[in-house]
Amino acid sequence: MDELRQAYIAESQELLASLDENLLTLEQNPADADALNAVFRAAHTIKGGAGIVECEYIVDFTHVLENALDSARDGRIKVDSGLIQLLLASGDQIARLLEFASDPEARPDAATLARGEELLAGLRAYSPGQAGAGGDLAAHPDAHVESSGGGMVGHDCWHISIRFGENVLREGMDPLSFLRYLAGFGEIAHLASLLDAMPAAEAMDPEACYLGFEIDFRADTSKEKIERVFDFVRDSCLLNILPPYSRVSEYVELIMSLPEDTMRLGEILVHAGAITPTELEQGLRTQSQAETGQAQTAPLGEILVEQQVVQKELVEAAVVKQAQVSDKKAQDAKLIRVHADKLDQLINLVGELVIAGASAALLAQKAKDEGMFEATSTISRLVDEIRDGALRLRMVQIGETFNRFHRVVRDVSRDLGKDIELVITGGEAELDKTVVEKISDPLTHMVRNAIDHGIESAEARIAAGKPARGRVHLNAFHESGNIVIEVSDDGGGLKRDRIKQKAIDKGLLSADAEPTDADLFKLLFEPGFSTADQISNLSGRGVGLDVVKRNIEALRGTASIDSREGVGTTMAIRLPLTLAIIDGFLMGVGKSAYVVPLDMVEECIELKQEETRTNACTNVLNLRGEVLPLIRLREYFALASRSGRRENVVVVKYAGSKAGLVVDELMGEFQTVIKPLGHIFTHLRGISGSTILGSGEVALILDVPSLITLATEFESGRRLAPALTLSNH
Amino acid sequence: MQDTSPLLVIEGAVTIYSAQELKDQLLVAVRDNPELQLDLSQVTELDSAGLQLLYLAKREAARGSHSLRIVAHSDAVREVFDLCNLNAYFGDPTLIPAWEASRQST
Repeated sequence: MDELRQAYIAESQELLASLDENLLTLEQNPADADALNAVFRAAHTIKGGAGIVECEYIVDFTHVLENALDSARDGRIKVDSGLIQLLLASGDQIARLLEFASDPEARPDAATLARGEELLAGLRAYSPGQAGAGGDLAAHPDAHVESSGGGMVGHDCWHISIRFGENVLREGMDPLSFLRYLAGFGEIAHLASLLDAMPAAEAMDPEACYLGFEIDFRADTSKEKIERVFDFVRDSCLLNILPPYSRVSEYVELIMSLPEDTMRLGEILVHAGAITPTELEQGLRTQSQAETGQAQTAPLGEILVEQQVVQKELVEAAVVKQAQVSDKKAQDAKLIRVHADKLDQLINLVGELVIAGASAALLAQKAKDEGMFEATSTISRLVDEIRDGALRLRMVQIGETFNRFHRVVRDVSRDLGKDIELVITGGEAELDKTVVEKISDPLTHMVRNAIDHGIESAEARIAAGKPARGRVHLNAFHESGNIVIEVSDDGGGLKRDRIKQKAIDKGLLSADAEPTDADLFKLLFEPGFSTADQISNLSGRGVGLDVVKRNIEALRGTASIDSREGVGTTMAIRLPLTLAIIDGFLMGVGKSAYVVPLDMVEECIELKQEETRTNACTNVLNLRGEVLPLIRLREYFALASRSGRRENVVVVKYAGSKAGLVVDELMGEFQTVIKPLGHIFTHLRGISGSTILGSGEVALILDVPSLITLATEFESGRRLAPALTLSNH
Repeated sequence: MQDTSPLLVIEGAVTIYSAQELKDQLLVAVRDNPELQLDLSQVTELDSAGLQLLYLAKREAARGSHSLRIVAHSDAVREVFDLCNLNAYFGDPTLIPAWEASRQST
């Protein structure tokens, strides 16, 4: 795929996201002109780009869409929920069409096209037939102003018309600097220089100013502010400013009031896209009829229409170009697009640097050379910063992903006939881009689940004394090196007894078991487990939550459910922030070294001999009155060496549970570059990866969540997973 | 053929300070040479007055059916032409008759 197409598709997808977002804003507040303008701009830019990459099927579709939006902006058609529904569907259609855009040869299939036609028919039904209106115009010129919607001009630019006084240059001012200043706080969409006032060569005074400009200026500003730009020359120049969306008649009046030839100015306005040739012709004719009482502008009309034929493409191309530039300019100032591969490569190198740095530090320590020791510690500090910076490059805020759910919530609740609002908090929490991409699907499942199963019907809610409008809450926050993403609803909550019964029926639970809520609800993530009374087309088929669990586990994360009957349900997923490098805590057992993520380490305590003796068979520790399950790594990994004289316990915590790891030696903090384990080790429990120490030896990274699960399982008397017969010697 | 036509090189700042002098030089050069090339690559600064002179020279050339071609632009010149959207006027000779025609049609 060539670069241009790729860029176009990426950009269009971003625009579609903003289109969706603004349409939803518009749905809340149909009078929001900014949102409507943003929707229009998005559609317009997509169309413009489609022309450049020669996807005429996208141009055709967006053209009609753009017309409808334009009419909506002019107030010719009303923004109602039906229209918004249609516009949202049109956005989806563009997304479908974009799928074909990557291949220049590809054309949309018949089904897609048919869908497009259906939508277009809907849109056309909304737009007043423009061709028809034009026909009426010719027949009744008097009706012109009313029939084109008050003569509003579909042009979002200020029109500035200025003729500088003769003495401006002698007074030491340069008209060009005004233009430059103007360009500084907005976008000059179109500009025409007028030097018609310049007399014949002999009479021309090189120190006099004959300049004039017709400027179409796109900026969010006020008339006063524009006038102030020209304050210094105000007295000597002729300045006219028309606000955006001025009436045709105002343009015509302006043209008439200016010294230059009417047709010349008309051309410029048509060039600028401010008015259409027909509008101009009609306007001028009305004007001249009013003045002279006779229609004499027929030739002018012909020329202008001809002009339209000649210039149309040119004008369109220019407008498209500028719209793209202006839309992107704001973002480009802050963002650079970088290929993800380059970042990955950088992070790989930083990983190697971390390892190399650790080995240099180790050598310095052994050599007992103070100067060298100092130098390596400076280097390792800098390496730390580079590592953090490099990893941060991949971090993106989760808010963007969250915002997409406005649409999901809206569509799903509409399908189900429920009234549900989406509340988003913690959107600024950051996590790795690759992780963000992969959680989108599981999150969608969870949100749909919350809407479908979580939130009751309006009648049931009112009966339960809750507001009729349901609430789904998306939240994200950081917690000890992980990001926690929560999807909560204020619905009916999970029915504990039903789930338990179902679990027993399915043989997942023995009939006399008394599981905790957390353990019980975890069963919902098992394949084929659904308690929905009715199977809807969204969820309830028993596929979903187990897929969620699989996806989350693939990212080294976990999922959990908390629920109270009648109050609501919260599903939380915990994910590591990054997949590449962590701050680790290094421990030794015999000759082997192990690493746990430092964020998960709560504290380190010494294991006293007498305690070991008394607890030798129970494998628990009394930690200030708390029961702490212990895992003896020597036993767990079946290491041959004998236990050391002193043993230590590293208390690790994950998702609210704690466990103690019994080790010989505490070796302190260690920057750990995670090297994934080979494919054959994927089924190992308790190990999540490996890393290389400064000495070149390999250390295993412990998978704390699964170790904690093991420890708790063992403690609750179920079973200890078969100890691994793996040694890393 | 074009290579042999005379070349006028303008250097330095083309501003109101040198405008009077430059106007005469330019007009004489345009009148005396049916085909003149203008090299603006050494122009360090161009202001409104300078722009007006270039515009005048181009207009005079067209009036006398002479040709005036700008063969090289400095960045300063290009910036001003872009800003004022006058590239078409100076750059593409085919556009000139149309503009002239529209003027004469009034």
